[in-house]
Amino acid sequence: MAYSDKVVDHYNNPRNVGTLDKSSQEVGTGLVGAPECGDVMRLQIKVNPETQVIEEAKFKTFGCGSAIASSSLATEWIKGRTVEDALAIKNTDIVKELALPPVKIHCSVLAEDAIRAAIGDWKKKNGVAENAPAAVESAK
Amino acid sequence: MATVTSQVEVPAGVTLPIYMDNHATSPLDPRVLEAMMPFFTNKFGNAASRNHSFGWEAEQAVETAREQIAKLIGASAKEIIFTSGATESDNLAIKGIAEMYRERGNHIITQVTEHKAVLDTCKRLEKYGYRVTYLPVKADGLIDLEDLKRAIDDKTILVTIMAANNEIGVIQPVREIGKICHEKGVIFHTDAVQIIGKAPFNVIQDNVDVASLSGHKIYGPKGVGALYVRRRNPRVQIAAQIDGGGHERGMRSGTLNVPGIVGMGKACEIAMQEMDTEAAYLRGLRDRLKEKLESALDYVHVNGSWEHRLPGNLNMSFVYVEGESLLMGINDVAVSSGSACTSATLEPSYVLKALGLGDDVAHSSIRFGLGRFNTQAEVDYVAAKVIDIVKKLRELSPLYEMVKEGIDLTKIEWQAH
Repeated sequence: MAYSDKVVDHYNNPRNVGTLDKSSQEVGTGLVGAPECGDVMRLQIKVNPETQVIEEAKFKTFGCGSAIASSSLATEWIKGRTVEDALAIKNTDIVKELALPPVKIHCSVLAEDAIRAAIGDWKKKNGVAENAPAAVESAK
Repeated sequence: MATVTSQVEVPAGVTLPIYMDNHATSPLDPRVLEAMMPFFTNKFGNAASRNHSFGWEAEQAVETAREQIAKLIGASAKEIIFTSGATESDNLAIKGIAEMYRERGNHIITQVTEHKAVLDTCKRLEKYGYRVTYLPVKADGLIDLEDLKRAIDDKTILVTIMAANNEIGVIQPVREIGKICHEKGVIFHTDAVQIIGKAPFNVIQDNVDVASLSGHKIYGPKGVGALYVRRRNPRVQIAAQIDGGGHERGMRSGTLNVPGIVGMGKACEIAMQEMDTEAAYLRGLRDRLKEKLESALDYVHVNGSWEHRLPGNLNMSFVYVEGESLLMGINDVAVSSGSACTSATLEPSYVLKALGLGDDVAHSSIRFGLGRFNTQAEVDYVAAKVIDIVKKLRELSPLYEMVKEGIDLTKIEWQAH
């Protein structure tokens, strides 16, 4: 399969790889996917309690090149955004940016799920009401 | 910043990309090409032309190839039928026997790790009223002979079990299978594509009645294959699936692919002469590759029996690293993966799943297929490169991190998607 230049770039130089302290009050962790499906993403955010801006984002992904690229791109995009802004990111934006072929759309869905899961975890920890975000446009 | 790009140095004498996928196909041996060349140019005759020298010359070349192929597997030349390749041979054998012996019975036995050319042919026959038993395999990839004995009933007409598997290289107990079949009066067909020229295979000693063979897996050309059909003890009859001019004793019509046949014959002749030394050479390379990978990496394991295996096959899982991402990192090395992401169906390898491996381990598998033209320097480069990329991808792997922290991954509620 031929990969787009952007997928190759994220694969070769993944942004924001790493681990944040998941016990920290300011950190939200999302772990999505399943090993038997061939992809697992863990995305973590560190949120400024005053401004609700995502100051740090880290990921680790087990999965194909497109899954690695999707999560790498997701961390790049959410860094510096407020939590609510980050929730506006759609999997279709990732598909477009990385020029993912149809068989790889699920990688972008997983990245969107990972963002939502990390933010959901942070909200739960901090007692922020879950103000029902727009339905996930999944291509599962 | 993390980076997955590898800085492994390419040793002198190694040209990239490296081909290490010899179960898929093998490069044409220059000696084979040389033998074929005249039959593309001035020796262009139709082997079925009986009344001029062009035809005689082609026919003579075909008969020489028939001898060469027969000799490699311990058959006689008259028992070799030429086809377009092993997929056609499998189809012809299974459908041809099913049709010919329909009055005797309608039951066929095969096993779950067969090539799709066998499995899908059996599935089609099920639509036409045949009953098919798909035997399971043990964790080492071998069938249980007791399962086979139990599966044979008075309606069984055919057992079709491959000699060596194309993914894990596991060699089935062909001789014992053939013995059981002969005792029960059932025809035994084997897809022998991967074994010929690589490990000992003899249709008489191994009690084989029908065998599918291919040219391009043994450094011969693509587009040519053969079917061995036993002529005595027992004499096997096969109903033609392609009708026409009655070529190949009526079993397979169509003008013969003379250059291809000449090439396949030459490839068999070379295999016959060089198999023993080549097998020892490949086993040495393969073991070296395995030892290097195992000594540098944790959580790796070999899929399928190590003892009953083709000398050039190494199928290994690099757990917590997904196969396609590994292939992407070693893109100057041609190998295959059992990962779902590399298949059109998005399903991981059915062969690895049949061994009882979890999908996650199947997703992490790489098949190295060593061949005649691989060198030790190539093996060393491939090992270094794989080690480097696996380590880098594990730095990226949440699963590897969790396992290192002592978390039991099976206890986590994963959200399958």
